[in-house]
Amino acid sequence: MMLDIVGKRYYFFLLSLLILIPGVISLALPGGLRPGIDFASGSIMTVHFDKVVDQSELRSEFTPLGHPEVMVQRSGSEAGAESGSTFIVRTYPLKAEQKDESGKVTASSERQNVDDALKARFGNMQVLSFDSVSPLIASEIVRNAVIAVIAASAGILLYIAYAFRRVKKSFRWGTCAVIALVHDALVVLGVFSLLGRLFDVEVDAMFITAVMTIIGFSVHDTIVVFDRVRENYGRRVGDRLENIVNHSIMQTMARSLNTSLTVVLVLVALYLFGGVTIRTFVMALLIGIVTGTYSSIFVAASLLVVWENNELNAGWKRLFGGRTQAKVAS
Amino acid sequence: MRRNVRITFGVIVLLAIFSLVTVWPHNPDKYIPGGAAFPQGSGIHIKIGDWTFDRGPFKLGLDLVGGTHLLLQSDMSKVAASDQPSALSGLIQVIGRRINQYGVSEPVIQAQGADRVIVELPGVKNVEQAISLIGQTAQMDFREQVVNKDTGATEWVVAKVKGSDGQDHELTGQYFKRADVGFDQTTGAPKILFQFNDDGAKMFQEITTRNMYKPVGIFLDNQPISTPTVQGVISNQGEITGRFTLDEAKNLVIQMNAGALPVPVKVIEQRDVDATLGSDSVARSIIAGEIGMAIVVLFMVIYYRLPGVLASGALGVYTLLAMAEFKLIPVTLTLAGIAGFILSIGMAVDANILIFERMREEMRAGKTLGAAIDAGFDRAWSSIRDSNISTLITCAILFWFGSNYGASLVMGFALTLGLGVITSMFSAITVTRTFLRMLVSTGLATSSWLFGLEKPAHPTSAAASQESRG
Repeated sequence: MMLDIVGKRYYFFLLSLLILIPGVISLALPGGLRPGIDFASGSIMTVHFDKVVDQSELRSEFTPLGHPEVMVQRSGSEAGAESGSTFIVRTYPLKAEQKDESGKVTASSERQNVDDALKARFGNMQVLSFDSVSPLIASEIVRNAVIAVIAASAGILLYIAYAFRRVKKSFRWGTCAVIALVHDALVVLGVFSLLGRLFDVEVDAMFITAVMTIIGFSVHDTIVVFDRVRENYGRRVGDRLENIVNHSIMQTMARSLNTSLTVVLVLVALYLFGGVTIRTFVMALLIGIVTGTYSSIFVAASLLVVWENNELNAGWKRLFGGRTQAKVAS
Repeated sequence: MRRNVRITFGVIVLLAIFSLVTVWPHNPDKYIPGGAAFPQGSGIHIKIGDWTFDRGPFKLGLDLVGGTHLLLQSDMSKVAASDQPSALSGLIQVIGRRINQYGVSEPVIQAQGADRVIVELPGVKNVEQAISLIGQTAQMDFREQVVNKDTGATEWVVAKVKGSDGQDHELTGQYFKRADVGFDQTTGAPKILFQFNDDGAKMFQEITTRNMYKPVGIFLDNQPISTPTVQGVISNQGEITGRFTLDEAKNLVIQMNAGALPVPVKVIEQRDVDATLGSDSVARSIIAGEIGMAIVVLFMVIYYRLPGVLASGALGVYTLLAMAEFKLIPVTLTLAGIAGFILSIGMAVDANILIFERMREEMRAGKTLGAAIDAGFDRAWSSIRDSNISTLITCAILFWFGSNYGASLVMGFALTLGLGVITSMFSAITVTRTFLRMLVSTGLATSSWLFGLEKPAHPTSAAASQESRG
């Protein structure tokens, strides 16, 4: 079974663009990603009531406490959720106890106030988790996340250029792998941007972790294909690059699909049976792993062919009246 | 050659047994959820002479045992730049002592960057109370011993001196200038040099005069840090001598300076997890891991047949080794860390898949079984090496990202995934290869069906796997 993947490369590029465009537009528009408290600062708590509590009643309880901006979301399947009701409550950062110089309490802890008020109103309550991030640290996390993603991409680019140093213009190989990883990262970011708009899904530090893992995995896959191209390059001197690359993709296809499949199976198990708190994280990984496999088969090596054949230049000339013949490198 | 294989096999078996002993849970029921036929065990404690091997439980992160993670920002604006490192260690000591009084088992208090402190309090119920305790400004005072008229017992009372305004003033940290470590000129023994400001000097002069040859206590947060006996009248400068080690002297200086110039702190990040949510997460993660592993094993056996069985054995060795590493290093397991480990189970077979696919190709090209095995491993090596290094680069950068603001979730994930990748290279290559060679040398496995090589095996199975991906 020999599919001509490289021959149909522009169809696959088009497919990638079709998937990428809605997400990228959503990302570019204001409010592209819904930042969680890690990036936007704030407090988020998961509370469980023994009684069944109405969502809007719970929300209204926060206005007298000085937090009318509260967002209340119903949450299921947490521990102890067999009876009663569980909510995720998001507010601006709840302030800690304030004291004056002499150590006298001037303002009591807002967290304690919330605790007391909710208990008085709805009966027995349990705070399953509470996270609070101040604006100071949130802006730092954003900066570090950006640095980390750039550093990871740069590190990978350099490593591939080094690993493939015996190949002519190894920098191109590295660049193609990085384009493929940017493709994968953009797909995941785009999907989460849309999910944020549609279902209020937020991104946090764990999401950045997922994106970076995807970057690593995407390159992992791409390297396997490139490694095969490198091997076949030496063996099939004189053959057209398209053929060499396509042959290499076909040879590694079973491996790419099988590896991706085992990882996807494990992630699905983690999604279905693992803790609720990491579900978004696992979902990001799942989307990214599938995209990463796609890009390593259909995008990365084909891009190399486009570059080595200088097709962009040729296409440009064809469109704007240069030479009509595209020269194909051997 | 065959001898070498046997030796390697023996080493692998020993490693696996060692790992099994290491990771064997004290209460298997908790970790092997219902139904699985897993024998009871309570762990092994080895003692050979003075050497003991005591295998404790896994170190679980706060999100799994429940507790509070705090990131504190200190206000160093009043501290000279050169004193800031010692002010931070003073702050850490002050916080540490308060937490000990509060009675938290295994707290973590460590510096984060130049002016931040990470505090982890496992199992704390009343978080607000703990924060209020930690957030207090350090209070240092000097005390003298007074006999209680009612009980007759001696007790420490804060030393008071009548000031020029006619009022009694307590000698507290605000009159204290600083402390330093010095050395005795003749014996070279470390000692503590300290200075008061002008008002403090007058007060301390009076206090030392009336307490000659009696002890004076230096208290921090109502706890004595030093109770030297007065040997002479001291005004603005004094010294404490005694049988200090250098570390003790340094420690005391840090504490005295922390009391003299308290550093205010505020909480900039807080993460609490309830213990019930944590144990629920552990149970769910274990189930997910077991199911995930079972599916991977099933897939490998069905698709690759005999090599798949061996790879599953190698995956078992991998799981044991990785878990033993987590326990021995030790790695603090978080929910994300366990997720990283489970993800690595899926990735661990990647090297096997690469090798087996290559073996099939080589066999199809007419090589004998033994030659195909060797060629499969040799040819797949460069792919395995290069691709795993890219994952390791990402893990390293993730670890840096997480450690930059003490995000134990991110660090845990990067650490377990990274360790998993390194360990899986050993298990997928050395372990699987040894298993395969052992089997081939017995001459039992000669059928090409066992290696998934019926004609036309490759295209149909590749198509099937595409379908199942949907």
